[in-house]
Amino acid sequence: MKIKVLGPGCMNCKTLAHRALEAVQQLNIDATVEKVEDYQAIASYGILRTPGLVIDEKVVSYGSVPKVDEIKALILKQSAKA
Amino acid sequence: MKLSQFQRACLFIAAWVILYLALEPAAGLLVSALPLPASSSTTEVIRFFAYEAPKVLLLLMIVVFGVGIVRSYFSPEKTRQILGKRSLLVGNFLAGMLGIVTPFCSCSAVPLFIGFVETGIPLGVTFSFLIAAPMINEVAVVLLFGMFGWKTALIYVATGLTIAILAGYVIGRLGVERYVEEWVYTIRATVLPQESKPSFDDRIRAGFTAVRDIVSKVWVYILAGIGVGALIHGYVPENFMAGIMGKSAWWAVPVSVLIGVPLYSNAAGIIPIVHALLEKGASLGTALAFMMSVIGLSLPETIILRKVLKLPLIFIFVGVVATGIIIVGYLFNLIY
Repeated sequence: MKIKVLGPGCMNCKTLAHRALEAVQQLNIDATVEKVEDYQAIASYGILRTPGLVIDEKVVSYGSVPKVDEIKALILKQSAKA
Repeated sequence: MKLSQFQRACLFIAAWVILYLALEPAAGLLVSALPLPASSSTTEVIRFFAYEAPKVLLLLMIVVFGVGIVRSYFSPEKTRQILGKRSLLVGNFLAGMLGIVTPFCSCSAVPLFIGFVETGIPLGVTFSFLIAAPMINEVAVVLLFGMFGWKTALIYVATGLTIAILAGYVIGRLGVERYVEEWVYTIRATVLPQESKPSFDDRIRAGFTAVRDIVSKVWVYILAGIGVGALIHGYVPENFMAGIMGKSAWWAVPVSVLIGVPLYSNAAGIIPIVHALLEKGASLGTALAFMMSVIGLSLPETIILRKVLKLPLIFIFVGVVATGIIIVGYLFNLIY
C-alpha cells in the first residue's frame, strides 16, 4: 500500500505525515508513507486545500488533519475496496 | 455523562458571558490590590494590560467560535463553483466577499490558485479572492472591534473589500495571463468527489476546533502586541507620533506602506501597537494604511505565490494592492 501526504511543508502537513506513519505502525501493515512537496504534483490531485492524504493514488482527505484513528479507518476502508 | 455538541456549545456561551461580565470588576480589583502609586506611568501600563488583554482574548474566542461554524457552510470547492460562471466585475465582488468567509490558510494559496485558474476563473477574480482572504480575517476584526470600536472595524472591512475588488479588477484588465507559470495551465487535475454534507454536530465541532487552532496560535502575539501597546501607552509622550505619522506629514502614508509590506506579523500583534500609536498622535488614515499593508501583503505569502507567478506579476500584484492601500490612507486622512 502506498500512502502519500500532499503538502508544501507547513505545520499541518508535517503533523499529518507523522500521524500517517503512526497509523501504519499501529495497524502493522506493509505500507510506505511518502511526502509530496512539489506543487505541480500536489495540484494534479485536484485538491484546493492542503494537507491532502492519498492512499493508493486516491485522495481520501484534504484540508484537514485527521486523527490517527481516523487515518487507520481510512486505510482499512481503502484496503477493503482493493 | 457525555454531552451533545449543542449542550457543549450552550455551556461554552454561558461560561463566556459570565467571564465577560466579571472581567471589568476583576481587573479593577487586581490593579487596586497591587502596591502601586495611584497615578504613575507604570500603573497606567499595568492597568491598560490588565483590562485589554483578557477582554480581547475573550472576544476572540467567541467570534472565532461563531466564524468557525459559519465557515463550515463554505469551502474553497464551493466558492470555485460559484465564481466559475461570473463576469469580471461581478466576479471580483463575489470573490472579495467569499474571500472573507471561505476557510483559507496562506499555505494553501498555491493549490487554490491553480485550482481556480484551471477551472477557468479569470485571473483578476482569483486575485480578488487572494487579496480579501488574508486581509479581512476574524482576528483583525475582533481586535479592531475590541480596541477601536465597531466603526473602525467596519471601515477596515469595507475599505479592505473595496481594495480587493478593485485591485483584482485592475489586474484582470491588465491582461497578465502570460506572467503565470506555463505549467499551471497544463495541469489536468483529477476531479474529486463531492464531500459529504456536515451535520449540525460537525458544524459546532468545527467551531470548537477553530477556537483551539486559532487561539492557540495567536494568543502570544496578542499578549505581546498589547504589552508593547501598553508600554507605548504609558511611556511615550503625548503627540510624539504626530510629526511622524500625523496628518501634516504628507509622506507618512507611502512610507508606512513601504515599511508595512515586508514587515511580517499577523493582525493580533500589530493592531494593539497601532492602537497605541494612534493615541500618541498618528492619524487614522496612516495607521489604517500601515495595518493593511502588514496584514494584507506579506512577504512569506508573496514568496509562496512566486511558485505560480512570474516576477513581473508578483510586482504588479504587490504594486496594485499597495497603491490601493495608499489611496485609502490619504482618503481617510482627508476625511478625518
